[in-house]
Amino acid sequence: MNNWWKSGGPYIWLNAGAVSVSMVMVFGLIVLIVIRGMGNFWPHAIVQFDYQANGQSETVIGALRKTETLTAQALRDAGVVLPEDQALVTRHLFKLANRDVTGRDFAYFIENFMGEWSYPKALTVFERRQWGDFYGFPKALLERGEVIIEGDGLDDALWAEFNARLERANNLAEEIRHIERHEIGAINYQIEQIRLDKRRAELKNELTDAVLAELDQRREALNAEYAQLQERLNALASQVSRDAIVMEVAGGEEVTIALQDIVKAWQPNNMSVMSKVGFYLSDFKDFIFGYPREANTEGGIFPAIFGTVTMVFVMSIIVTPFGVLAAIYLREYARQGPLLKVIRISVYNLAGVPSIVFGVFGLGFFVYIVGGTIDQVFYPEALPSPTFGSPGLFWASLTLALLTLPVVIVATEEGLARIPSTVRQGSLALGATKSETLWKVVVPLATPAMMTGLILAIARAAGEVAPLMLVGVVKLAPSLPIDGNFPYIHLDRQIMHLGFHIYDVGFQSPHAEAAEQLVYATSLVLVVLIVGLNLTAIYIRNHLREKYRAEGD
Amino acid sequence: MSTETDSRISSDLFTNQSQTPLDLDREEIALSVRDLDLFYGDTQALKGVNMELPHRRVTAFIGPSGCGKSTLLRCFNRMNDLVDNCRIYGGIYHHGENIYDKRVDVAELRRRIGMVFQKPNPFPKSIFENVAYGLRIQGVNDKKVLSEVVERSLRDVALWDEVKDRLHTNAFGLSGGQQQRLVIARAVAIEPEVLLLDEPTSALDPISTAKIEELIETLKQDYTILIVTHNMQQAARVSDYTAYMYLGELIEFNDTQTLFVNPKEKATEDYITGRYG
Repeated sequence: MNNWWKSGGPYIWLNAGAVSVSMVMVFGLIVLIVIRGMGNFWPHAIVQFDYQANGQSETVIGALRKTETLTAQALRDAGVVLPEDQALVTRHLFKLANRDVTGRDFAYFIENFMGEWSYPKALTVFERRQWGDFYGFPKALLERGEVIIEGDGLDDALWAEFNARLERANNLAEEIRHIERHEIGAINYQIEQIRLDKRRAELKNELTDAVLAELDQRREALNAEYAQLQERLNALASQVSRDAIVMEVAGGEEVTIALQDIVKAWQPNNMSVMSKVGFYLSDFKDFIFGYPREANTEGGIFPAIFGTVTMVFVMSIIVTPFGVLAAIYLREYARQGPLLKVIRISVYNLAGVPSIVFGVFGLGFFVYIVGGTIDQVFYPEALPSPTFGSPGLFWASLTLALLTLPVVIVATEEGLARIPSTVRQGSLALGATKSETLWKVVVPLATPAMMTGLILAIARAAGEVAPLMLVGVVKLAPSLPIDGNFPYIHLDRQIMHLGFHIYDVGFQSPHAEAAEQLVYATSLVLVVLIVGLNLTAIYIRNHLREKYRAEGD
Repeated sequence: MSTETDSRISSDLFTNQSQTPLDLDREEIALSVRDLDLFYGDTQALKGVNMELPHRRVTAFIGPSGCGKSTLLRCFNRMNDLVDNCRIYGGIYHHGENIYDKRVDVAELRRRIGMVFQKPNPFPKSIFENVAYGLRIQGVNDKKVLSEVVERSLRDVALWDEVKDRLHTNAFGLSGGQQQRLVIARAVAIEPEVLLLDEPTSALDPISTAKIEELIETLKQDYTILIVTHNMQQAARVSDYTAYMYLGELIEFNDTQTLFVNPKEKATEDYITGRYG
């Protein structure tokens, strides 16, 4: 035993144990996120059963979400009548959808009172633009209110016709959205520019009749264009609202749903595994590339992904030169002494400041003071509505740059410290000055270390949420920070962010049950995104390492 | 005592001796050191060194570790300026000018007095760029000029044939001995007047060492060479003159043969016969 202690065996076990625990935790986290998040897109089977409780009988249609076992006593306390000898009760949580019809989209059902479960093939699920999902049986297809086909949904004619018409409706809806988002968006942007031009001229006292006439002319042209678009929109709107479908819901009630309200439709009980996989993939694709709907609880997360990536890029562009220059000064030029020590400790401790404090600083200093001043000097025509004087992409990136600055400084300084002094001396001995040595030999050698700093900075910045809520990230941004309108990248715009999206969907949403899986799915995307950004940076770093491979590396 | 000396340093080691006998008093002088004192903080590392270094000769500095020979060598191109709290008194004269004069441009001085270090220290660049570095620093960017200089310098150090096909690969791909010759080529490329070699072979194997020693032999046609070495055989083999230093003082300085065979000072004799310490 004593020998075993002396051999160091226990320490090896201890170290290996620490590694295993970390690995288990990391993999556990990833597996949890993947299972919970990816389940969201699977077309789950829909169950139909009769339920008799408290003397009432109803037919229920729903998708099983989870099953749990409780002590019978807990339910008896809640007023549920159960047989005396029963100790445990199983209950199931079902997603009932049809929020607009029944007012409840999730409910628990106790197994005792359930009838036989059946899986009718004709059961159809709609993903709608409003009110969440819809479960029911198709009954008839309407065109401008007139029945054109009747059936029970299993009828191929009805289902095929419905799908054809749904595709048409979706194409029209897509066209409408495109016009609204891009063409009308561009016109609005230009009209706003004209208003700003006018105000600018006014402020400079250059608002002559000629200028006014020219601006009016421009506005007239845009208005005419706008009117044309509006006409096209009206035509499309009348076309898109042509069709509707009559559905029978659980209670036997019939509901009419316009096809323009349906995003997609499927019959999960009638799908083969292969078609379910295909559906799953296309659903996941829609999640990644779609725009959010229904207070972010439905639809995709594309603007959040886009916003996160844009913000991280802008942050990297800001933090890298600042951090590197600061580190070079601290390590190479500053006189080593107590003052430098204090500065260095302060920089290192900056990394420990809670991020929300950076958010407060960003809002108070960057947004209100710096941004407010910029507005007054460069954008007086837009006042009182702020341009840079309100939270936006640039301030969010700048705040995060400040937050991650210590990481870049520390990594770069360590990189510089590791450059062998012989290399510096070699350069100096050839008649190079200190700055020539620095920029031609030392800094290139330290680039892998700088990349390491940047990798850590990106990892931290992409996952940060708290400060962003104050300086530019919003629940729903009306437009992306990069678009086709000059100057193409709009640093003053507010953005969406995956981290904040998770918080918002998970904890600020009215439909907590519906949102749960979306939270996991979004988390998964965020993790994958950060890993992707890091892998890119690591790839670049390894490339640089190879290029500047030194002895001993 | 002389028998013991002979057994350790046999006279056939002095392959380097030219036909005419060497005489320090008749040499043209490249560098003269006057009353040089050097302090690291409160420690005095060089104590009143005075010497005249002959032009286009190889002068070796020997002595036990910590005797100040490397420190003295680094005084010649002011590398000691990089050391914090290093103070220097006295002077070193090159072309009649004190290199420690305030008006001296240190970078320019280092172009005239090049240095090669103990460990090969190529830059993380291609072989070509390593050799061209000194010229690029001086603002030479003409491809033709650079290629010529690179080839000439690499030929000077007998490295050209070994690397001519991979001039644009990373210099770290070379062996230690090749790297050291590359570093010498790099120093030679800017045509200095003096070459300072600080234990240039201590990190190398015997074959590479022999190549470097051969190289020193040829380079002394064009350059004044000062070499610090721990290896007395090497000093005997490559140098024309040898200086023995001990505890920061220059104990004895004479032509190599005299110093090894017939040292004037007891301390020198003890050191070269291995009785030191």
